[in-house]
Amino acid sequence: MRDALVILAKDLRIEWRTREGLSSVLVLGVLLVVVLTIAQDPSPETAPTLAPGVLWAAFVLTGMLGVQRAFVLERENDCLAGLLTAPLDPAAIYAGKLASNVVLLGVTQAVVVPLTGLFLHLDLVPRLPALLLVCLLGNVGFASLATLFGALAIRVRAREIMLPLLLLPLLVPLLIGAVQATRAVLVGGLAAASSGLGVLAAFDVIFAVAGWLLFAYVVRD
Amino acid sequence: MVGPPLRAEGLARRFGGMTVLAGVDLALETGETVVLLGPNGAGKTTLLRILALLLAPTDGRLLLFGSDAARAPAALRRRIGYVGHEISCYPELSAAENLAFYARLFRVSEAPGRIARLLAWAGLDGTGRRPVRTYSRGMGQRLALARALLHEPDVLILDEPVSGLDPDAVERLQQQLLELRAAGHSTLLATHDVERAAPIASRLAILHRGRIAWAHDGRGADAAVIVAAYRAVVAGSA
Repeated sequence: MRDALVILAKDLRIEWRTREGLSSVLVLGVLLVVVLTIAQDPSPETAPTLAPGVLWAAFVLTGMLGVQRAFVLERENDCLAGLLTAPLDPAAIYAGKLASNVVLLGVTQAVVVPLTGLFLHLDLVPRLPALLLVCLLGNVGFASLATLFGALAIRVRAREIMLPLLLLPLLVPLLIGAVQATRAVLVGGLAAASSGLGVLAAFDVIFAVAGWLLFAYVVRD
Repeated sequence: MVGPPLRAEGLARRFGGMTVLAGVDLALETGETVVLLGPNGAGKTTLLRILALLLAPTDGRLLLFGSDAARAPAALRRRIGYVGHEISCYPELSAAENLAFYARLFRVSEAPGRIARLLAWAGLDGTGRRPVRTYSRGMGQRLALARALLHEPDVLILDEPVSGLDPDAVERLQQQLLELRAAGHSTLLATHDVERAAPIASRLAILHRGRIAWAHDGRGADAAVIVAAYRAVVAGSA
């Protein structure tokens, strides 16, 4: 756990200093929300059913950009070799990178969620705690899988193509659960979202454990 | 864990259908500097990555301090310092921040003092707060060496550390390697620079087509002898 925190702190320090990952992710997120909401021009009745698609399309696309950036840091100057020659469990590298991806996506969510509410004229404040829970579970599930495949993708030549190809099919259950849970929260509240939340929680546990166990095989030759 | 710092027995490595190492036997004793020579594509980097526990061999055995490296890699990593082709330091962090990061991962005690001493030793004490992306190749290489020495490893594995350096930087690095040898570090060094390798070598070996094709105990091994052996090996007559 301590090693994971050291890696997280290093990633956040670099991100704070350069703001390269965050700025590109935020610009893309805002652009997606603007385009997707303006194209639909929703009525107050249709806005709660449109919002989940807008939110999760924005999260997934920005998230993939963020994950690629997280591993670009380790590829520069072959810093990954520096990590792998240190006496730490590769699972700690996975946990540190996962945490840094969760933070980056969390910041994006903090911008994209209110912006979506604004553009769709949705009052999200009464549903904010339930919405935050759905976002957090979706964020952790996405980051668990994306961190594993992000590490895999940096080792191949066509990495920008490989990450979406590997990741998107496996994200389908998470996205279905996330969209269902978000819509249920916006229409009916937390109780209505129980089945979607169950899918998200199960996805989080399965892929966080899988990432923890498999990361060593992914990063080593 | 006792035993010679490093003993490789029949190390082999294949990538798909391509054999890069075809059974390498190599030993490194305490306080020795073994210089590994070989043409491009001979397998030097693959061998050094296996010895630094970055890559698993497909066959053979690696013993570090008498222990099978496959069984306790984390504990053994603490005793190895590795410098590869790149410096493994984050460009946006300063030299001091990079060393502090690795010091935490290696659990280095009294890290601030150790980092200050290493920066001074590497001639980077005046520039230690600057981002690494502003460093020249030579400064980066000295930082990489400082990073590898941070946790006071018993064995240093250096993969072409003088590559791309100007003559002054090479001379300075050579002097630092001699200091390390005098301090009792065991060093395995891969290089193309035969002339500079000879004075610091306890022993020399030439790796060719994935095998040790020539070995010398270092005594009387001047550059001309080594160059002749190197050419003979590469030409296939040794």
